[in-house]
Amino acid sequence: MVLEKYKNLLKYYLATKDEGALYRADQFSKRSLQQDISPDEIVQIHIDALQDLYPDLPEEMRLSLHFLLETMISYGIAHQEFRALREKQFELKSEIEVAANMQNTLLNTVIPDDGALDIGAISVAAHQMNGDYYHFINDQKNIGVAIADVIGKGIPAALCMSMIKYALDTFPANLSNPQTILQLLNRVVERNVEPGMFITMFYGYYNQEDHLFHYSSAGHEPGLFYHALSNTFEKIEAKGIVLGVQKDVTYQQYSKYLSIGDMVILFTDGVTECRRGDQFIQKEEIVDVIKEYIHLSAQEMVDQVYRYFERLQDFDLRDDFTLIILRRKY
Amino acid sequence: MNLSIDVSRTDDIHYVKLSGEIDVYTAPKLKETILPLTEEEGVSVRVDLEKINYMDSTGLGVFISGLKSAKEHQSELILMNLHERVYRLFDITGLKEVFKIENTVRGGN
Repeated sequence: MVLEKYKNLLKYYLATKDEGALYRADQFSKRSLQQDISPDEIVQIHIDALQDLYPDLPEEMRLSLHFLLETMISYGIAHQEFRALREKQFELKSEIEVAANMQNTLLNTVIPDDGALDIGAISVAAHQMNGDYYHFINDQKNIGVAIADVIGKGIPAALCMSMIKYALDTFPANLSNPQTILQLLNRVVERNVEPGMFITMFYGYYNQEDHLFHYSSAGHEPGLFYHALSNTFEKIEAKGIVLGVQKDVTYQQYSKYLSIGDMVILFTDGVTECRRGDQFIQKEEIVDVIKEYIHLSAQEMVDQVYRYFERLQDFDLRDDFTLIILRRKY
Repeated sequence: MNLSIDVSRTDDIHYVKLSGEIDVYTAPKLKETILPLTEEEGVSVRVDLEKINYMDSTGLGVFISGLKSAKEHQSELILMNLHERVYRLFDITGLKEVFKIENTVRGGN
């Protein structure tokens, strides 16, 4: 069938030298690729067609064509390998997609919107799977917020993140003390990760009755407080070692009173590690961008800030990016 | 950007001079160099970071592995001449409390 078509095409071209036939030869090679016909098979078809058309082909010509066939064999093998790899890659890609969907379901969290805080959150993965994590807890009286960053990115980071989520889920519901939560998490992480792996995490909870924000940090990128009255930003100073490096760690806990309009701004180093070309952005720039959108709701703010940094990096995120803003409404 | 690693030894001290960037691409090479050095009991591994102008958290991961290995094998790991930007990482993450860090260098990006 294929041979017949090829033979007719070749015959037509040799007789007419019509360029249309060359175009059809091109189409033929494309179709052959789709049908996974290898280069050496094409040469074989050519030899067969030629011998059919010219049974009296000179001996040297016939031999040289077989010679050509031999030289094409490696290309044929390479083509087969390429085919196998392509299939394998497709399989892997769908597996990662399934895993990424699973992760989204696992790490899904509901942003509390019925309390004294206006909350906005955005988290975008640099690759298919996210090594950043954030979570909210809402027990009417308190609003808890966790933000974490696993070293590295991609699948290993994502797997590690799931462990944090499970560990947090096993803690009793009335456990809201940030320093205790970090201490317990550190124990889990230290036992379960390979040396060299670690997680940074900030945990805070806001008491809706006395408006105190209590927090502890396990080596997490320092966030910012915004004071509405003075329209100023202040770095959140909180000391503490990252999770997973030392066995028994006690974390310090701090408290801050939030006035109406005050904000807590939390992020991961995907934000501070943004680069413009070869230059890193400065923290003041983050503050400037937030200031620009300060009149918006918390969710609109985080969306706009993300869009700004996305543009800055030509839409090519180098690291997972997470930004959370909490603002006291009343 | 690349990372070049130069290792020399005087008695029980290994000097590891680094230059370039430590990131997700160069970290494996660094790990392969440093870990075996820390596995010899009683030695001191001194890593000079004066010519490191950029390091990300994967670099921290390598040094944490090195530190854990040194503890396990009774050797020591010392980091020297850190640029402010690199030192900041050890500061934020609380890791400056567990590492032996000698001399930080002002400036650099």
